[in-house]
Amino acid sequence: MDVGRHPRIRLLAYSEVEKVEGEVGNFRVTVRKKPRYVNESKCTGCGSCAEKCPTVTSDAYNLGLGKSKAIFKYFAQGIPSSYTIDASVCRNFQQGKKCGVCAKVCQAGAIDYKQEEQILEVDAGAIILATGYELFDAGRVPEYGYGRIPNVVTALEFERFLSASGPTHGHVYRRSDLQVEAKLPELEKASQKVLRELEKFEKTFSMTSDEFFEKFEAGELTGAQYDEWAKAIKGYAPLKQQLENARKQVDCMESAHRIAFIQCVGSRDKRFNEYCSGFCCMHSVKEAIIAREHDREAEIYIFGMDIRAVGKGFEEYRNRAGEAGVTFVRSRVAEVTENAAHNPILWFEDTKNRIVRSLEVDLVVLATGCEPSPAAHKFSAMLGIPLTDFGFYKTKTVPALDTSRPGIFTCGCAQGPMDIPESVAQASGCAARAAQALSESESMRLVS
Amino acid sequence: MSGNGEDMDVTEARIGVFVCHCGTNIAGYLDCEALMEYAATLPNVVYAKNNLYTCSESGIGEIQKAISDHRLTRVVVSSCSPRTHMPLFKSACAEAGLNPYLFEMANIRDQCSWVHMQERDAAQAKAKDLIRMAVAKAVLLTPQKDIEASLVKKAMVLGGGMAGLSSASALADMGVEVFLVEREAELGGLLRRINRVGPSGEKASDIVADMVRQVRDKPNIKLLLETELAGVGGVVGNYEVVLKTKSGEEIKQTVGSIVVATGAVPLNAEGLCGYDGKRVITQIELEEQLRDRKFEAKNVVMIQCVGARSAERKYCSRICCLSAVKNSIYIKELDPSAHVHVLYRDIQMYGTENEKLLWDSRGKGVRYDIYDASRPPVVKDGAVELYQPLTGMTVEIPFDLVVLSTPLVAPADSQTIANYMRIPVDGNNFFLEAHAKLRPLDFATDGIYLAGTARYPATVPEAQAQGLGAASRANTILSKDKLTFSALVSQVTDRCDGCGFCVDLCPYKALSLVEYEKDGQIRKKNRSDSILCKGCGVCAATCPKGGVVVLGFTRKQLEAQVDAALESLQ
Repeated sequence: MDVGRHPRIRLLAYSEVEKVEGEVGNFRVTVRKKPRYVNESKCTGCGSCAEKCPTVTSDAYNLGLGKSKAIFKYFAQGIPSSYTIDASVCRNFQQGKKCGVCAKVCQAGAIDYKQEEQILEVDAGAIILATGYELFDAGRVPEYGYGRIPNVVTALEFERFLSASGPTHGHVYRRSDLQVEAKLPELEKASQKVLRELEKFEKTFSMTSDEFFEKFEAGELTGAQYDEWAKAIKGYAPLKQQLENARKQVDCMESAHRIAFIQCVGSRDKRFNEYCSGFCCMHSVKEAIIAREHDREAEIYIFGMDIRAVGKGFEEYRNRAGEAGVTFVRSRVAEVTENAAHNPILWFEDTKNRIVRSLEVDLVVLATGCEPSPAAHKFSAMLGIPLTDFGFYKTKTVPALDTSRPGIFTCGCAQGPMDIPESVAQASGCAARAAQALSESESMRLVS
Repeated sequence: MSGNGEDMDVTEARIGVFVCHCGTNIAGYLDCEALMEYAATLPNVVYAKNNLYTCSESGIGEIQKAISDHRLTRVVVSSCSPRTHMPLFKSACAEAGLNPYLFEMANIRDQCSWVHMQERDAAQAKAKDLIRMAVAKAVLLTPQKDIEASLVKKAMVLGGGMAGLSSASALADMGVEVFLVEREAELGGLLRRINRVGPSGEKASDIVADMVRQVRDKPNIKLLLETELAGVGGVVGNYEVVLKTKSGEEIKQTVGSIVVATGAVPLNAEGLCGYDGKRVITQIELEEQLRDRKFEAKNVVMIQCVGARSAERKYCSRICCLSAVKNSIYIKELDPSAHVHVLYRDIQMYGTENEKLLWDSRGKGVRYDIYDASRPPVVKDGAVELYQPLTGMTVEIPFDLVVLSTPLVAPADSQTIANYMRIPVDGNNFFLEAHAKLRPLDFATDGIYLAGTARYPATVPEAQAQGLGAASRANTILSKDKLTFSALVSQVTDRCDGCGFCVDLCPYKALSLVEYEKDGQIRKKNRSDSILCKGCGVCAATCPKGGVVVLGFTRKQLEAQVDAALESLQ
């Protein structure tokens, strides 16, 4: 918000850098501002449009765990607070339908279906690359069953489950249950459809379905129209059973009580990334502590090789988790299987007790590692700056935030995985380096 | 327009109330038309209006037009949160010639329509209460003037290690006059004792030399070697720093901002694990041996977490595993036949290049063995006895050198330095930043910043990034022409009898007791520093006598609000 309100910061959100020319003190950056189809200066962020938008999509912010609309805001506190139409799903753009609901409800008159992309030229003396990172795709580790076993989730998904503003309003439900809950409306709809059909037959032939079926089975009623009625009745029975089961399962839906975190998913693994992702130990410890706050009796296990609690207050925080009853197991989990109750079972060697064991839990959370953003490759090529063997921007030891090219600096997880305070400190540091570069280039110009 | 409304006569309260629909956020649950009509009936309200969005350009325009058309002397907006929108509405008032402190806000969205969506009637009644309260308070608002202060465009950097050197250099390049204070005779700090810097392997002495040259080359950096801090007075923009040189000379200097980069020291290993400084040494002593090419040992055992992650010192010192792994590689490079055995609890090679260093070290044949904190290794004569939790056996590892990885600890006088500047330290005596995640380089006290191992153990690139970052933070103050503060701060009244209850509780140390004479007797009275004060109100809430108030939240104003709130119960 400070950035959004700062008089000397011009925010170019929803924009991509196309080209960079020039050198330190005198860069010219070409920026493509993508169309939002919403006028940023008019949109007040009230959200009426999204409320009425008929196109339901999966919610990217909640990792597809919730629902969003074709006109959306990535998350509630986003800056700028303007909404955006996702033209790839919006009816107006995709199906050539005359929808226009958002334009009708927007009282600020901010919807602009004709908005076009803009090419902007920005002059800059220095450039800071803070292009972030991607999360490792947990599905690449076959033995942990992500994508195959519903109750194996990633740390970020778990984070959304824990959040009061998340898709489950802070309840740590199991995905196997949520999948049933998600299917419920469909089942209800199908069941109602059959019931209406039966009602129609009942009206037409003035008898209840039960009476009819008895007679039909006894062979008293024959004919094509009766065959159809009977078929509908026969089809309804399993549907009804399925619906009842689903309702029961949803009614007794309980939060996951036994939760296991698996560390180094995709990290410190020669098959994927051999480096350490730095932040995952601490987010597992944090999620474990919060899960215990949600459920005082929760059984929580963290499976890791080393617990890397290296930041200020981190070791103390890890100890707090231990005191709160979180169990740390020194182990690299070998395999996760699933039993009939959809409970994941972890198979592992408990190294400190020197035995191979298994453990049944309700939910497994995978601490997925950090991977370089594709943007790093793009800017590496565009700016001619090298990446490390791992694909992050390469920096020197000293000066710590400089890329190989004068006037271009980098901070945060774009130069390698790191925690928030390190990232913030680096960002401020980059601002200083940029100021230094400008003063240096200024004085060089004066000399020449 | 004056922008401050000084010419306008505002003694008569002529209130304008603006009720915002916020699209459907408020109007979807509350009847805003009715709220507007209700507001119009309240005492002193001469104008009421509802808007689709009061914060939109047209909404702001309507406020400004009404100020002039209806000669409004108070504006109340009932909408969303003051946290997000108060500055906008206040500046709108100022632009229209009304003193911005004559603005009041009622939050009928976040605190009403959003949280009571299911109970519309009750929510409507509550919105009325909130508006009535805001109007009642608005009557008693008085015009105020922002507090302005001058500043000195100079900075003091305390500590000439990696963080301090980086900070001083950056501030100088930003055009700031810098005083770089170092208590030792030489610059470089801890880095001077280091051999090479991991993971890239540059010589530490080269890095120090280059940094020192840069600092010495800058004409606007004044170096004060063998000089220590002796006192700090004043406030942001005008800190009066007292320094003492080795010869006892006192130097006084006024600066706008201070960067604390006073560093950390390796824990003295005396009495730990058989330390003798010869066959059992610390990791920093190994660095010195390697640097001076005096290292010679065939069988080296390194023990991690000596004096750290213990009951006495709970924290992990972050850099000791990096040092051990790095030095194990140098030892193997000097003599591939040497044995290096690292005994650890968790091997903390966080990040990309560090973890790679661990793989490299293992590849060179360095042996890693985990130990259990409850059964730590024992250094005996010629061998280290290790209980191996992974085998369940106890083994003896022969050595001719044991290297103890001891943590970095805060210097003995960090509490004194903290007291001078009225800044806090944490349980380990490291300086405590304003926010662990979002403000790692700031203190809660304006104008003082933190970098390097004075904050927490850090690697060379980390200390440098923080040093640069602190420079940037300091320049957010120093780049201004003048400092502006809100006028809504504490004020001591005649009722103060100097009891001092509030002084200890003030989180910003803005209050102090001063003595004065009355009727031949020495008495005490509180004094409030309006720049240090953040207007939090702890003092006013503590004082049993009304001896201190916070402007904008005076007793009268709060009572008027409470009375207005209770009206609905009558």
